[in-house]
Amino acid sequence: MLRYLLHKLALIIPTVFGISLAAFAFVRLLPGDPILALAGERGVSPERYAQLIEQFGYNRPYVIQYLEYIGRVLTGDFGISIATKRPVLGEFQALFPATLELATVALIIAILLGIPAGIFAAVKRGSWFDQATMGVALTGYSMPIFWWGLLLIIFFSGYLGWTPVSGRIGLQYFFRPTTGFMLIDSLISGRSGAFKSAVSHLILPSIVLATIPLAVIARQTRSAMLEVLGEDYVRTARAKGLAPRRVIGLHAFRNALIPVVTTIGLQVGTLMAGAILTETIFSWPGIGKWMIDAIGKRDYVVVQSGLLIIALIVMAVNLIVDVLYAVINPRIRVQ
Amino acid sequence: MKKKLTFAAALLAASVLGGMANAKQLVYCSEASPAGFDPSPWSGGNDFDASSRTIYSRLVEFEHGKTTISPGLAESWTVSDDGLEYTFKLRPGVKFQTTDYFTPTRDLNADDVIFSFERQWKKESPWFSYLEGTGWEYFAGMGFPELLKEIVKVDDLTVKFVLNKPEVAFLPDLGMDFASIVSKEYADQLDKAGTRQQFTQKPIGTGPFQFVDYQVDAVIRYAAWDGYYGGRQKIDDLIFAITPDPAVRAQKLKAGECDIMSYPAPADIAGLQADTNLKVDEQEGLNIGYMAYNTTQPPFDKVEVRKALNMAVNKKAIIDAVYQGAGAPAINPIPPTMWSYNKDIKDDPYDPEAAKKMLADAGVKDLSMKIWAMPVSRPYNPNAQRVAELIQADYAAVGVKAEIVSYEWTEYRQRGKAKDRDGAFQLGWTGDNGDPDNFFFLLGCDAIGQSNYAIWCNQEFEGLLKKGKATTDVAERTKIYEEAQVVFKREAPWLTIAHSKVFMPMNKKVAGFVMDPLGIHRFDGVDVSE
Repeated sequence: MLRYLLHKLALIIPTVFGISLAAFAFVRLLPGDPILALAGERGVSPERYAQLIEQFGYNRPYVIQYLEYIGRVLTGDFGISIATKRPVLGEFQALFPATLELATVALIIAILLGIPAGIFAAVKRGSWFDQATMGVALTGYSMPIFWWGLLLIIFFSGYLGWTPVSGRIGLQYFFRPTTGFMLIDSLISGRSGAFKSAVSHLILPSIVLATIPLAVIARQTRSAMLEVLGEDYVRTARAKGLAPRRVIGLHAFRNALIPVVTTIGLQVGTLMAGAILTETIFSWPGIGKWMIDAIGKRDYVVVQSGLLIIALIVMAVNLIVDVLYAVINPRIRVQ
Repeated sequence: MKKKLTFAAALLAASVLGGMANAKQLVYCSEASPAGFDPSPWSGGNDFDASSRTIYSRLVEFEHGKTTISPGLAESWTVSDDGLEYTFKLRPGVKFQTTDYFTPTRDLNADDVIFSFERQWKKESPWFSYLEGTGWEYFAGMGFPELLKEIVKVDDLTVKFVLNKPEVAFLPDLGMDFASIVSKEYADQLDKAGTRQQFTQKPIGTGPFQFVDYQVDAVIRYAAWDGYYGGRQKIDDLIFAITPDPAVRAQKLKAGECDIMSYPAPADIAGLQADTNLKVDEQEGLNIGYMAYNTTQPPFDKVEVRKALNMAVNKKAIIDAVYQGAGAPAINPIPPTMWSYNKDIKDDPYDPEAAKKMLADAGVKDLSMKIWAMPVSRPYNPNAQRVAELIQADYAAVGVKAEIVSYEWTEYRQRGKAKDRDGAFQLGWTGDNGDPDNFFFLLGCDAIGQSNYAIWCNQEFEGLLKKGKATTDVAERTKIYEEAQVVFKREAPWLTIAHSKVFMPMNKKVAGFVMDPLGIHRFDGVDVSE
């Protein structure tokens, strides 16, 4: 197991360097200029522009800029935002709990609804339930997040008044964050109604963010289950007279779980991408909105370091998934 | 007995909650997060709303809803005859805010004023570069490094600004956000503690509200400052709920999650006006949307070609379709609400036939050109792409083939400055100090390569601009600028498109909010009825 883990870790190191290089190049390939974005619509004189470019070091060869950047990153210094002048890591740490909370709730929703829906669709293959579930899943997968989010706001918040429009908690609840996770902070704040308010604020954004992973998980579960349900050992289990629930739950589902777990791991990346739009619509103060703002301002430091930190987190999650994978299926770690 | 106790507890809870509810709170749905709370390093309207106009004050202030100057931290001032010395008498007894992170030991004095400017001006000041990469762009952009000769402390409550040249807009300039007065005592305290960064994260000013808390990208909280020299505010708590999407801001306002919102999308205005709980204030914006020809490139170097192209455009159609009626056709480079606006100037008439003939007379045949469309929406031009399409159709009617081009926003502005730029370039401007020069400078010879996208340097116009800047008498300046507008209209370096209206939707319980012509959102003097 240790050897397996070391092997996986060894693969991560070149990937991290590759991503750091890609993030560094990506932001510089974008049209636009951080100095002009910083100066605003009033503009800067050519002399002042030259001074600022020199000050930020953007007039030096890219190789030098990259080596300096990666050298700082290796010492834990992710740089200072061009726009806000705050340390990138500090901003990330302040905002990440909000994204993590939203993504976790969204993932739980996606798993809790997606897996049972996929199982039932597979078991009742060809039935109206199967057709309807897969139709809804396809629609969910294809739905533009921005449109879907606004639609939910207009209907549930505007028309029905059931949920708040945006934000993380009602503005009447003011307490300084302890953990950064609003569900926990509201609970420990001791303020009556704060937790309920935090939950109600989570409903719409987590549904929106969960939509695509839910659709993917449901479809993947159905497909994996269909494959397993056709296997000889399932037929044998049925022939032995085992209860259908036991055949599906124990024999089929456990074996179908491997690709489903892989898919769930891959959804972390999808959740991060989805968070960008979801957070913007719901004024959710997380790293998605932070990255969008940074891209808009061509804040090179935030974009390159933010992408790298997010990639590190996604890789860590994938590593955990790989380990889980090995736990579920011992053949993998032997191979 | 038990029932009685429960009732008493409920009564107590209700009275406590009632007490909390009695704290008057105003929630403003703002459009973006501030970069920081130091009023001077940044240049965005959202930065100013969150810092300078709430927390800080200036030597002089713009009157509420006007562009005229009134006393602020300076209760009076004198100007020397040669216009080179401005001596300000500071208001005595002005208190800096007392918070859980700073307790001032003295009132505002001349040291604070000098520090507020020198930190933006003198590179040897340790505060000049306390934020990495800070350029103090507004201070530099307003020409202050060249303008200021020295700032002298005459006594504790008297400070003198000595200029290198007369500058008639100097007083309005001092009313601008970058000229907000900060606390030197607080800066010294942070210096000693080695925590200079805190200056922009935990601000201290003399303004109507004091900073309480900022949850990054989410909520900013302020409380009324009891010691404000202008008197305590009627509201107790001011909250900025940061909501970037205009459609979501509108939904929040309708749902009662905020009391007032900035920058509604044009498409949402009718719906907001129809809501019986809301009112929508509107005002002529102190702005202009324009399209600049490159006057150095043929055939746009010919006045008659520029005039003909102006006459080919149906501005009314643009205002109806793009501004959705919330705008007025622009004639001059300054808006009609600005003093010195020349009412006698007539716009080039919309006359495609005459335009066609003028182009033929100028020897222009089969003209192909580019129309540049901004990739962003601004109050002065909500949809530049649509404007470009309408102009493209108008040009086609007079035999001019136009191609629409657009780039990323900073790239767009950068490419637009190129001296050999092909075609006509859409942009606009919102005034920031109420002085006509704050618009005319866009067409100055010095602004070529910066904000003069027409790359137009007309000596007659330039002479009038310089004369205007050196004249202190308002009546005389008015005459000079009226003449400058005549030259502008005659030479037509721009197609002046529109001055847009600005809307401010709010709950009907909000009272006393005054729309600001400079686009600032001020909450001093605002009340919320129960």
